[in-house]
Formats: sequence, structure tokens, C-alpha cells
Amino acid sequence: MIISMIDILIQMFSYTFLVRAVVVGLMVSLCAALLGVSLVLKRYSMIGDALSHVGFGTLAIATALGVAPLMVSIPLVVIVAFLLLRISENSKIKGDAAIALISTSSLAIGVLIISFTTGMNTDVCNYLFGSILAMSRSDVILSIVLSCAVIVLFVVFYNKIFAVTFDENFARATGTKAGLYNMLIAILTAMTVVLGMRMMGALLISCLVIFPALTAMRLCKRFLSVTICSALISLICFFVGVVVSYLYATPTGASVVLVNILVFTLFWGIDMVRGRR
Amino acid sequence: MENRRGGKEKTVIISCKNVTFAYDGFVVASRLNFDVARGDYLCVVGENGAGKSTLIKGLLGLKLPQSGSITFGSGLTLRHIGYLPQQTAAQKDFPASAYEVVLSGRLEMKAGRLFYSREDKNAAVENMRRLGIADLRGKCYRDLSGGQQQRVLLARALCATSEVIILDEPAAGLDPLAASEMYALIARLNNEGITIIMVSHDIAASTRYAKHVLHLANKQLFWGDTAAYKLSNVGFM
Ligand SMILES: Nc1ncnc2c1ncn2[C@@H]1O[C@H](COP(=O)(O)OP(=O)(O)OP(=O)(O)O)[C@@H](O)[C@H]1O
Ligand SMILES: [Mg+2]
Repeated sequence: MIISMIDILIQMFSYTFLVRAVVVGLMVSLCAALLGVSLVLKRYSMIGDALSHVGFGTLAIATALGVAPLMVSIPLVVIVAFLLLRISENSKIKGDAAIALISTSSLAIGVLIISFTTGMNTDVCNYLFGSILAMSRSDVILSIVLSCAVIVLFVVFYNKIFAVTFDENFARATGTKAGLYNMLIAILTAMTVVLGMRMMGALLISCLVIFPALTAMRLCKRFLSVTICSALISLICFFVGVVVSYLYATPTGASVVLVNILVFTLFWGIDMVRGRR
Repeated sequence: MENRRGGKEKTVIISCKNVTFAYDGFVVASRLNFDVARGDYLCVVGENGAGKSTLIKGLLGLKLPQSGSITFGSGLTLRHIGYLPQQTAAQKDFPASAYEVVLSGRLEMKAGRLFYSREDKNAAVENMRRLGIADLRGKCYRDLSGGQQQRVLLARALCATSEVIILDEPAAGLDPLAASEMYALIARLNNEGITIIMVSHDIAASTRYAKHVLHLANKQLFWGDTAAYKLSNVGFM
């Protein structure tokens, strides 16, 4: 049993594209899980979702123009992240409605551009639901650089991020530059979403942001343990998801989401049982 | 009670002159004039929407006045002010330990710092003991009762200051017993020398401990000491 498992892993990692996918995926999962804790607690989960839809639109534009996707997507999505944050901070505009508007508009624009250029083919399906073949060498390098940046920034500003997440008004009143840290979180989220999007799919990437954090919150009682637990859950779920998708030839993105759902249900069940006693 | 009328010098540390707050040109509190002295206990009362929270945000520098001036005296800066905000719904189920929350009050004690020192950690533990919540240290914030949560937030405010604490409805949502305990706790801190500015709906409780009362109704109806407030009929209109 164990031997055959190891055999399968060795077999899997003899494919270069799979090694790349796993490296990029693990890095993205880690970043998404760390940022997700803050996003979920600040009630900003929808922003991650909106960014992935915008990412889809920008991907379509990049393909139409024939330029490297990340060069177009990252700046555009970062700009939208800024805008979304402004909208959510400004109580006068209905934040959730604006987010839904931006999501659907980008999706529509993306689909239109694709249908005018390459036509509605399997590419569209890959954009929406992800493809494990999409990772190039430069993606691997970029994702390693990005995730190192996210981890370093997260550790360095951990206490500030906690303060801003728990109580933005108090943080501002005592002199923390809350706006700055909100921006930082938004930019890092935008980059993470764009990097992970092509593998996980535009419609599924926000799973990586939301699920691990929610799962960790079921059982953990300290912010530090929520953060660490969320990161571990995210890494394990991604890896298991990829192995499952290799074994049963299922789509990678959806398999990872499925594993996340199962783990969430498990944690939720444990929480229920413990709560009843 | 002996320092209630205190023969000590009255150093004005916060002074509001003709302060007006407006949202998009719509005035919610006009021409406020009052001073807060060191060691004072000012209670801000008024109906819902009277502009109390807006004034508090103004004092904390979270909202700029449309006109007039708020000045801090004798070396007081925003860094010396602790704050106990009206709780938000998102906070109530936050997965953090009470200790983590209290400790976060120390974050801006010195500018440009990212990590906590031994001294910070000791101060957090000490302030929790001071409010009788040392045993809640490892408990999860979301599992605490409303009164315990407020005490944790008060301990955090104490961590951020040894001079002034501004509280926005610290007893909101508490049962009568927990509320009166909260007010007694705040009065004790005031006796220990901390200046208190508190928003409250409960006029009876606030006039019991407060030294001065500020009554708002989008404008200033009353500012003066508590005895004069009780004699005036402002609070009972
Ligand atoms: N961000 C905002 N934008 C626009 N108007 C606001 C904003 N915040 C408060 N107001 C308005 O300002 C007025 C005063 O609000 P404030 O929150 O200061 O009242 P309050 O005295 O604290 O009331 P409560 O007792 O209910 O807490 C209200 O009419 C409110 O509608
Ligand atoms: Mg208020």
C-alpha cells in the first residue's frame, strides 16, 4: 500500500509539467491561505472572488494581444484590487453590489474578447476551470519569488495585520496606518489570485483563499494557530487534490476544491461534536 | 472620592473650541465647546444619532471637524489615548485569544516597531490582572461573554495608555449587573488617575460616577459638572 503510493508519487514527478504545477500550486496555496485568514475575518471574501473574475477578463485581453498573460493580468488586477478596497471602505456605495457588477462585467468582456479572437474552444474551459498544463518555467520562478515575498511580508507585519484585522478603528486611533496594510493585503491577494488562476481556474481560485481559513477557524482558538493551521490545511489539501486528479484523471482545480470541502466538513463535524459535549 | 473635587491643579489636556462635525455638508454636531482636564471623568450623553460617536471619532483623529479646533495640551498626543470602540458584529466571533487581543494594544506604544518586547507582554498580563480577567488569558475571544469581551477590550485600551481612555458605550448589550460592574471598574480606573471620556445612554449610571457631563443633541445642550447637570432639567426633557 505505502510502497505503491510512493511508486505513484515517483511516477507523477517524472513529468516535468506536474512538478511545475505542484510547485506553483503549493506556493500559491500557502500565500492564499495566509491572506485568506485576514480577508475572511474582515468580511472581504468576495474581493478574492471578484479579482479572479477580473483576472479572467485580463487573461482574455492578453491572449488577444498576444502578450505574456502575467504581464497584463498582474498590473490590471492590482489596480482593480485598489478600487474594490476603496469601494468597500466607502460606506455610501453598496460594496457587495459593486463587487458583483465588476465580477460579471469582467467575465462578460472576457468571453466576448475570446469569442472574437480564438473563438469559444477548450481554452475558455481551461481559463474558467483551470488546466494543469498551463505552468511555464517563468511561472515557477515568479510564483516562488512571490510566495517568498508574501511569507516575509506576512511574518514581518504579522502584528500589524492582526491589529488591523481585529479592529481597524482601534488600530487607526492608536496610530497604525491601517490603509497601508489594507493595500498591502489587497496587492498580495491580487498577485496570488492571478498566479493561481490558470491552474485552479478563474471560477475556483477563491476556494484557496476562503476554505483553509474557514476550516482552521472551526477548531483553532488563537489567531496564530488559525494562521498556521490554515497554511498547513491549504498545503495538504492541494497536494492530495493533485494526487487524486492524477490517479482518477479528474480536473485539478475541482479536485482540490473537493478535498477542501471534505476537510472543512470534517473539521465542522468535530467542532459540532465538541460543542455538544 | 476625596479627589473628586480635587484641590490639585486643573491641567486642561483636551480642548474643543467651536467644533462642528458634518458628513457631506450635513451637520451632525455643531459648535461644541468644552475642556477635559487631567484626571477628569467626562460623560457624553444624548439620544441615538445625537453625534456622540462622531465626536469620539473627532477626538481620536478618525474624523476631521468641519470647523473649529480640537487641541491637546501638556504633551498629550494621540499615542497616549486608549480607545474602547462600539463593538462590531465581525469582532464578536473573532478567533483570537484574549491575550492576543490585549497585547495588540501595545503595538503603537513606540513608533516604528513590529514585534512585542518582554515588557509589552508583562504589561498585557498585568493589565488583565488589574481588570480581574487574568484567568481568561488563553480563552478564545469569541467564546467569552459580552461583559468579558468588554473587559478584554478595556484591558487593551489600558495597554495603549496610562493617561486617557475614550469609551463608546462600554455597557452596550450587557445585562444590568454586568453593566454596573463595568461602570464601577471604569470609576476605579479614574480614581487611579486615568482621565475618562465615556459615551453612555444610561444617564443614571453616568451621573453617579462622572465629574462632568456633556449633553448633545446635534448641538451642545449642556456642559458642566455633574451636580449642576442634575439640578438642570436638561437630562429629563
Ligand atoms: N459615516 C457616516 N456617513 C454619513 N452620516 C453618518 C455617518 N456616521 C454617522 N452619520 C450620521 O451622523 C449622525 C450622528 O451619528 P453618531 O454615530 O455620531 O450618533 P450617536 O450619538 O453615536 O448615536 P448612537 O447612540 O446610536 O450610537 C447620525 O444622524 C448618523 O446618521
Ligand atoms: Mg454611537
